[in-house]
Amino acid sequence: MTCEALTPSRRAVLGTAGALFAWAAMPRFAFAAGNRDARFVTIILRGAMDGLTAVPPVGDPAYQDLRRSIALSTTGPNAALPLDGFFALHPAMVNLARLYAQGQAAIVHASATAYRDRSHFDGQDVLESGFERPGRTESGWLNRLLATVPAGAGVNPGPKLKGVSVGTVAPLVIRGPAPVLGWAPPALKPAAGDLAPRLADLYGSTDPLLARTLHEAIETGKIASGLDVRAQGGPGDPIGMAQMATGAARLIAQPDGPRIAALAFEGWDTHAQEVGRLGRLLGGLDGALAAFERELGETWKDTVILVVTEFGRTARVNGTDGTDHGTGTAAFLVGGAVKGGRVIADWPGLKPQQLRDGRDLAATTDLRAIVKGIAVDLLGCSPAALGEAVFPGSLAIAPMRGLVA
Amino acid sequence: MPAADPALRSALAQSRFGLGARPGDPSPAQGDVRDALRQEIRAGAPSLQGAPGLSPSDEILREFYDFREKRREARDRAPPRQDGARQDGAAQDMAAQDTAKQDEPMAQGRQGRGARPGDDAMGPPLPRRVFLAEVEARLSKAYREPALGFAERMVLFWSNHFAVSAAKGPIVRVIAGAFEREAIRPHVFGRFADMLMAVETHPAMLVYLDNQRSVGAESRAGASSKRGLNENLAREILELHTLGVGGGYTQADVTALAEIITGWTIVGPQARLGQPGTFVFNPRAHEPGPRTLLGVRYPAGGQEQGRAALLALARHPATARHLALKLARHFVADTPPPELVDALASTFTRTDGDLAAVSETLVSHDLAWQAERGKMRSPLEFAIALVRATAMTPRVPRFAGALASMGQPLWAPPGPNGFSDMTATWASAEGLSARMDVASWAAEQATGQDPRQLAESLSGPLLSAATREAVARAETRRQGLALLFLSPEFQRR
Repeated sequence: MTCEALTPSRRAVLGTAGALFAWAAMPRFAFAAGNRDARFVTIILRGAMDGLTAVPPVGDPAYQDLRRSIALSTTGPNAALPLDGFFALHPAMVNLARLYAQGQAAIVHASATAYRDRSHFDGQDVLESGFERPGRTESGWLNRLLATVPAGAGVNPGPKLKGVSVGTVAPLVIRGPAPVLGWAPPALKPAAGDLAPRLADLYGSTDPLLARTLHEAIETGKIASGLDVRAQGGPGDPIGMAQMATGAARLIAQPDGPRIAALAFEGWDTHAQEVGRLGRLLGGLDGALAAFERELGETWKDTVILVVTEFGRTARVNGTDGTDHGTGTAAFLVGGAVKGGRVIADWPGLKPQQLRDGRDLAATTDLRAIVKGIAVDLLGCSPAALGEAVFPGSLAIAPMRGLVA
Repeated sequence: MPAADPALRSALAQSRFGLGARPGDPSPAQGDVRDALRQEIRAGAPSLQGAPGLSPSDEILREFYDFREKRREARDRAPPRQDGARQDGAAQDMAAQDTAKQDEPMAQGRQGRGARPGDDAMGPPLPRRVFLAEVEARLSKAYREPALGFAERMVLFWSNHFAVSAAKGPIVRVIAGAFEREAIRPHVFGRFADMLMAVETHPAMLVYLDNQRSVGAESRAGASSKRGLNENLAREILELHTLGVGGGYTQADVTALAEIITGWTIVGPQARLGQPGTFVFNPRAHEPGPRTLLGVRYPAGGQEQGRAALLALARHPATARHLALKLARHFVADTPPPELVDALASTFTRTDGDLAAVSETLVSHDLAWQAERGKMRSPLEFAIALVRATAMTPRVPRFAGALASMGQPLWAPPGPNGFSDMTATWASAEGLSARMDVASWAAEQATGQDPRQLAESLSGPLLSAATREAVARAETRRQGLALLFLSPEFQRR
């Protein structure tokens, strides 16, 4: 089995769509774990996705009163999509609802990383590095996982196992010593996200001249306000998400292509006007999942896509129809290899005394247990390696088994 | 702004007098930062000597003459093109045109690092090769290496004072960088009169303001050709380079100076007057006889006549006031304190135009430290500060494209008065929009850095609570970095 070493300079080779199929001439290889040539995709949602809006616990008696103006309901206009009676799904996620009904999607609710503070950067560090605490940014758990998968397993054709990072910047989760390919849609724009309104806030309190200039630039359309619904084509935009998902899926669908992919979608920090913004983002995520299903074709049945975010948001709506940084949230597991059709939750409840610090959805499931469960059941990894190398110091956290069909 | 606090003064010096903080540097709060500035005055600007691919302007011009000749021959041999594509690679390849690939995502197009249509096996054509080498030398050395960069800021200031533009044509385009290296850089802490002489005898300036074509009516060349006097350079010497608008000169003075410097030209490819590409005084084109400029009579004397006139202009009181105001306006405030301007002008006059002494007065004067940070960094200063803050190593076309998008293409100012030095010019909606794109791009180059730490180490005691909070609350590292780079602390100086 020979595989070419793919150093970061090979990123260049993937610059064009034609290069998507650069592996076509490479030899096929055999694989083991569960007689399955598995694919594993991790999607990071940067900015802290509100799990209580994505997967609203409509059956919890405290939910409507906490969420008031932004609460969802399974009746009336813009009705949430029913899942199991207690939980529903945001109306923008029709594909996910369909996959759930087909048993190909599961939700792990009230889940979180080990991080309990409120900084996005630090939260993302913990989520992606796999360490208990922030500050470890030299490698991510998905990269270390590449080195841990037993040789001969589906994802590991030999010492040169490949992962692919999709987007203009490799997410920390897949950065590290193991060689990783990089690919970005040719037209992917840099993420502007809500830079403009944040800047407007900053200038408003510090610099009248720049505040006026920025205001004029927004008024005259020279700068997108960051809250509008025009397509921007970046990782915080439905079109950009679909492009990234399509590219990633085509890469990992190749018989001799990479087996592991990481993507990051941005813009989930919904402090204000959450209903509209999250609807658009969740719709983008839903479209990305549909793109994976469509492009993976036959390989969909061997695929698990994990969708995670750094932390959740406050249980109560704030004064600007949004929510602030919280703790527990929802994670999605999607793919033909998922034992789906269920919401997995040790539900902590939403009564004041059940909320963490009286404000957040408490976390009852550690995200590491979910990743470990997939790594064991889909990729054939050993819990010991997962507890030491992939998620250092986490031996006490047992893999959540039975997530893979 | 309490100027006495050494930490605050040190942070202020980084942006007001320097090129921007570098996070890796040891805390500059040690001692008095004014001593560090004085040290840079003594050391002078980095010479760029030995930087790869850089040659003296006359060598570049000789190469260019060859290049132009070969291109002409090739064009004469080749059948006419049908597709309308321009063969004049030189015209398209320099600063102002380098915006084409501005939007190219960073993850693609890396195979052809800088390659473009028209490049052949020998690499890019001469004008582009020169441009790439000139910018690279500054990016990797002059902008990056100095601890503070006061000397380099002076290079930028004087280059803009004595502006030449690549938009003039291929000759200025290929030697605009060399002009800065030869006529500006060595003199930023020397005598103003020396810089003035070096500038007005440099091929780039002579071509840019048409003096190489100027012929005295009564000269031997004038008698035998249709060409005549061109006042362009003389007018700008008086209006922009020395006395300034309202400096007390008349149209008669402009004409007199134009006649005085007739014959100041460059040797062409035919080498009739010497080594091609060098400055030469051509007595055949020089208007003979004595001239009166600003009431002073200059006897006939060939090139010496012009030399004497420029020396007198250099030490004219109006010149001292004009330069003092421009320096104070550039470094301190759009409307600088008159007392500071007076102090600079007085030093200039007292020392016969010693720019080291003038610079020393500037950094030593309390008023230079007390003004609010109300100036906006120019696009070039902003881009350099980004490079220093992130230690990124951008490709030259990307860097040049960023500058052009923000309205300050390298070596291509809109006119001989250079780029504006007023805050209102740069605080425009278009400009801010472009700065947001550039900041996002730089943030993408530096995602490994923690924006909170970077904010502290770049701005130190100048960091406001609002910026600190905005950066810390950003959704991603990249957004936090972009906010930091767009914050008033980073934009203003």
